[in-house]
Amino acid sequence: MTTTTLTDALPAHRKRGRFAMRAAVVALLLWVLVPLWLLAVNTFSSPDAVNGFPKSLVPEFDLGSLSFFAGFQGVSRALLNSAIVALLTMIMSIGLGAPAGYALSRFDFRGKESFRLLVLMTRAFPLPLLALPLAVMFIRVGLDDSLFGLALVHTTLALPFAVLITFSLFSGIPMELEEAAWTLGCTRIGAFHKVVWPLIRPGIAASAVFAFVISWNEVFAASVLTIQNRTLTAFLLQSLDVSPMPLKFAGGFVLVVPALIFIFLVRKYLFAMWGIANR
Amino acid sequence: MAIIEIKNVAKRFGAVTALHNVDMTIADKEFMVLLGASGCGKTTLLRIIAGLETPSEGEIWIGGRRVDHLPPRQRGIAMVFQNYAVFPHLTVFENIAFGLRMQKTPQDQVRRRVTRTAELMHIEQLLERYSGQLSGGQRQRVAVARALAMEPEVILMDEPLSNLDALLRLEMRAELKGVLAEAKSTAIYVTHDQVEAMSLADRIAVVHKGRIVQAAEPIEVYRNPATRFVGSFIGNPPMNFLPARADGGGRWSVAGFSLQGPTAERPLEFAIRPEDLTPAEAGIPAIARVVEPLGPHLLVTTEVEGQTFRAVLESERRVVPGDRLHLAPMPGRARWFDPETETAIAA
Repeated sequence: MTTTTLTDALPAHRKRGRFAMRAAVVALLLWVLVPLWLLAVNTFSSPDAVNGFPKSLVPEFDLGSLSFFAGFQGVSRALLNSAIVALLTMIMSIGLGAPAGYALSRFDFRGKESFRLLVLMTRAFPLPLLALPLAVMFIRVGLDDSLFGLALVHTTLALPFAVLITFSLFSGIPMELEEAAWTLGCTRIGAFHKVVWPLIRPGIAASAVFAFVISWNEVFAASVLTIQNRTLTAFLLQSLDVSPMPLKFAGGFVLVVPALIFIFLVRKYLFAMWGIANR
Repeated sequence: MAIIEIKNVAKRFGAVTALHNVDMTIADKEFMVLLGASGCGKTTLLRIIAGLETPSEGEIWIGGRRVDHLPPRQRGIAMVFQNYAVFPHLTVFENIAFGLRMQKTPQDQVRRRVTRTAELMHIEQLLERYSGQLSGGQRQRVAVARALAMEPEVILMDEPLSNLDALLRLEMRAELKGVLAEAKSTAIYVTHDQVEAMSLADRIAVVHKGRIVQAAEPIEVYRNPATRFVGSFIGNPPMNFLPARADGGGRWSVAGFSLQGPTAERPLEFAIRPEDLTPAEAGIPAIARVVEPLGPHLLVTTEVEGQTFRAVLESERRVVPGDRLHLAPMPGRARWFDPETETAIAA
C-alpha cells in the first residue's frame, strides 16, 4: 500500500528512468540466460530431439547426449588436459602474482604506477600476433604440444589479474596489523603467516579460481600450441565442424558449467576485488 | 631498567628531512610525551624507536643495549597503534595472548596474564568476541591490554586516543594514566593534543619541524616556553604576543604600557598567557570585541593596536563588547622572545 503511494508520488521522469533501468536489466538477463537455457535444454535432450524440429523449451532429462559425448573418442583425455592446464595455470599465476601484488601494495619504489599500468597493458596485446613466434619458440625449446607449455601461456594471460587482484586484497589489510605483529614478536614471515595469510586466504582462493576459469575457457593459444594434447576447448573447436549436434551442445555445456559454478562461488570476492581494483 | 637513549638520530625521506639530529634521554619508568603538530616528525621518531623505520643517522639505545639494527621483536617494546590494529581474525583473548604465545609462554600462564590485563582494562566480558563486534573504545582497550600483557620494558603509543570521541577520550586518558603508572614501564606517547600531553606526561618533548625544541616537565613547558612556537602551541586559548619597544635600562613599552623586562637593545616580543592578565588601573589598553562566558571564567577577546589579544577573567566580571579595558600582567608572568630567533629571553 505504502509502496504504491510512493511510486505514485514519483515524478514522471523518475518513473520513466526506473522503467528503462528495469528493461535494461531484463534485456541483459535474457541475453545471458537464454543461450545458457537452450544449451542446457539441448544437452539434456536425446540426440533425436536435438536434431528434430520443432524444438522443445523444456529438457527431456535424457542423458543420451551427455553419455554420447562422454564416450566420444578423445573427450575424456581433453577434459583431463583442460583440468591439468587450468590447475597449473592457477598455481603458477598465484605463485607469481601474489608476491607481486604484495610488493605493489607494501613497498614504494620508482616506477610503481607505470608497472601497474604495464601489467594491465599486457592484456591489450593481441595474442594472435604472438601466436606464430610463440609456436616457433616453443618448438625450439621443446615445449610445443605440452601441457606445461600451454599452462605457461595461460599463466601469462591470468597473471595481470592475479597481480592486480592480490594487490587490492593486500591493500585492504592495514600495514599496522603486520607492524603490530612485528612488535609482538613476529618475524616478517611470521607476521605474514599469522596475520596476513588468514585474512587473505578467501580472496586468494577466489583469484585462484579466477585464474583457473581463464585457462579453462581459453581456446586460441590452446588450438595453436597443442596438437596431440588438446584441451577441451581446442578439441571442441577442432571437431566442431565434423561432429554431430548433440556433441556440440554437450561439449559446450561441460565447458560452461564449471566456469559458472566457480564464478558463482567466489562472486562475493570478485565484486569486492573489482570494487577496489578500480582505484 | 629501560633507559632510552636517542643519539643524534636523523631521518630523511628523499629530499625531505623529517628529523634533524635528535638527542634525547628518557629515564627508566618515565612517561614521556612527544607533542607536536601533524607532520612535525614525532610519529617518525616513535617508529624509529620501535624499529618500524630505520634512521638515516644516529643510534637508539634501550636499557644500555644498542637496538637500531634490531628488528622490533628484539627490542623489548610493545606498541599501541593509532587505529588500534586489533587482529580481526582472532578473538579478544587471542589478541591479548598473541605476544605471549610468540614467546612460548606456558598455557596456564597465558590464561592468567590475559585475564589479569583484561580485568585491568575492564574488557573481561569481551574475551570471546571478535574485533568487528567491538566499539572503538573497546578496541582501544584491547590494543592497550595486548601491549600490557607483554609486560614490556618500554611501551610506545602513537596517538592512541585520537580516534575516540571527546568524552571517551577524557575517560580513557585518566584510566590510561593509572594503568601505565601501575605497569612500571618506560612509556613514550605521541600526541598532537596538548591537554592530553599536560595531563599524562612526566615530561613533554615538544617537536617542531623535526627538532625537539623543548623537553621539560609539563608545568615548565607551560610556564616557560623555550620558543615562541611552544608558547603558541601549548595552552588554550593560546598565548598572546605583542611587539615591545626598548626604553632603555630594562624598561619596555608594550602598546604604550611600560613594564620591566630583560636588558636588551633590540626590539623584543612580549608574551603573556590570557589567564595571567587582570584588569587594573594601569595596564595594556584593550578594546573588548567578543565576550564569551564559559562558566568557570570569562573569555574576552580584545583588540590591542589592531592585534587579537585574549584575556581570561573572573566569571563575575561584567564586560560588554566595546568596553575599554586596562589589562595588567600578573607579576612574574610576562615572557619575552627574540623575534628573529623566536627563542625565549630570560627577564
